[in-house]
Amino acid sequence: MAERGAGSSGLPPGYLSAAGSSFVDFLGQEAAHLLPARGLPAASGAGLAPHATTIVAASFPGGVVMGGDRRATMGNLIASRDIDKVFAADEYSVVGIAGTAGIAGELVRLFQVELEHYEKIEGTTLSLDGKANRLAAMIRGNLGAAMQGLAVVPLFAGVDVRPDHDPLTDEEAVQTPAASLPGRIFGYDVTGGLYEERGYHAVGSGSLFAKGSLKKTWNQQMGQDEVVHAIVEALYDAADEDSATGGPDMVRGLMPSVFAVTNTGIERLDDAAVTAVASQVIAQRQELTEGTRS
Amino acid sequence: MTQMPYYASAEQVMRDRSEYARKGISRGRGVAVLTYADGILFIAENPSTTLHKVGEIYDRIGFAAVGRYSEYETLRQAGIRLADVRGYSYNRRDVTGRVLANAYAQTLGAIFTEQMKPYEVEVCVAELGEQPRRDELYRLTFDGSVVDEPDFVVMGAQAEAVSAAIRSGFQARLPLREALALAASALASGAAAAANGKAAGAGTVQALPPQKLEVAVLDRNRTKRTFHRISGAALRDLLGAPDGPEPAPDGPSTPGDVGEDSSGSPA
Repeated sequence: MAERGAGSSGLPPGYLSAAGSSFVDFLGQEAAHLLPARGLPAASGAGLAPHATTIVAASFPGGVVMGGDRRATMGNLIASRDIDKVFAADEYSVVGIAGTAGIAGELVRLFQVELEHYEKIEGTTLSLDGKANRLAAMIRGNLGAAMQGLAVVPLFAGVDVRPDHDPLTDEEAVQTPAASLPGRIFGYDVTGGLYEERGYHAVGSGSLFAKGSLKKTWNQQMGQDEVVHAIVEALYDAADEDSATGGPDMVRGLMPSVFAVTNTGIERLDDAAVTAVASQVIAQRQELTEGTRS
Repeated sequence: MTQMPYYASAEQVMRDRSEYARKGISRGRGVAVLTYADGILFIAENPSTTLHKVGEIYDRIGFAAVGRYSEYETLRQAGIRLADVRGYSYNRRDVTGRVLANAYAQTLGAIFTEQMKPYEVEVCVAELGEQPRRDELYRLTFDGSVVDEPDFVVMGAQAEAVSAAIRSGFQARLPLREALALAASALASGAAAAANGKAAGAGTVQALPPQKLEVAVLDRNRTKRTFHRISGAALRDLLGAPDGPEPAPDGPSTPGDVGEDSSGSPA
């Protein structure tokens, strides 16, 4: 066979003969030691590593916004004040992860390569549902670690560019994008269960409070700026009630990470923009408090 | 009586394999890779819009090939796997064109010496540098030879004629539009020479229409993934072609690869 001849310094035989376009499956065959959380000792790892917390996403008619606080905790201690838990998965989707920070970070990195790998091998992007399913399979692969207390729970969102649209090749489609694409949100459980959520969703320790906040502030007609405001406010509410969620840190200038995905692609809101929104939220709360005092 | 194996000298075997591979490659349509002011340009004569001869390997690494489609597609995919595994286990910056070129060279060399049938492919690996002088072009041939070319690489049918045409007009750091015009006309003259037999070359050469060209760049002005295909209106605009409805195709659309017409070739 052609592959057998490829000497030790050439491409390994499996690289030439591999079928399929999944990077995760390929790693499983050729370099399984590189997959996150493999070969864990059979003991509970809960409390060993920093824990990342609240992630919130909400859709609007032209796309979707996702935000996450910046705190990681270890027990009663704050492990990090400026950790990032929300990432661009690719050009048209965003992923945020709550849970054991180390494994979450690795899973996100693997997921990003997975999507890019498919795109390069196949010459086209996965559908949004396809991306969500790949992530579900990866979370399912982490179930063993989850049962030892090292669970990760992602939140995935994006817009579905039409299936035959390829951002790399389809120049004309980029020039005349669809007027607007609705944002979609996918929630998960630790077993890899995948649930499409309507409107808004949150994961992590502060998610109850964040969802409670969004229930009152979010509606379908909102534009992007209003949704960003609702997201930052929901994170503020979560931080208010949950000690593991960090609020906007005005002293250090550390703001929640907020991403917006629309038909023109993904964009991380810069700190100045988020600071402005956070200041607005804080001012409104101050007004409320002063109102009750007087 | 056991049959005596036929004896063929190693020299003869290698010569036969080389000839076989060269014959296959020279039937494929041409591909040119050249540096320009803001990056590296890939241009291929390829009527197919789905069976690519040019592809993205990594953030700053591109791939171009001629020959048998199934064989260079195997190499392209293996290259993507190698790059992604390296980038995932080390860092994105640790994936270099040199590593990839070496892996391809070893693989092609081993196949050439150890297999009955060599790969009928010629491959170019291009890496975009931070500055123009750091651009790298590697040409790999079927026997695993690797050459580091400074300015441009031409592969496939009429490679010498096309190469001469590009050399006559090439300058370092041409703007994209001029580099594209130069390479497109060189490929067109090569195609015309191939169609009319070796003697032709004089007379007017018809330009290749945009829909018969596959064009991509590694663009220094982009961040992270620099590979970008240029097609449709953007390509017509760059080529200065009339922006009208596409003329009727003058025949069935087949990729210019030897693999398409010789499905039953002995391995």
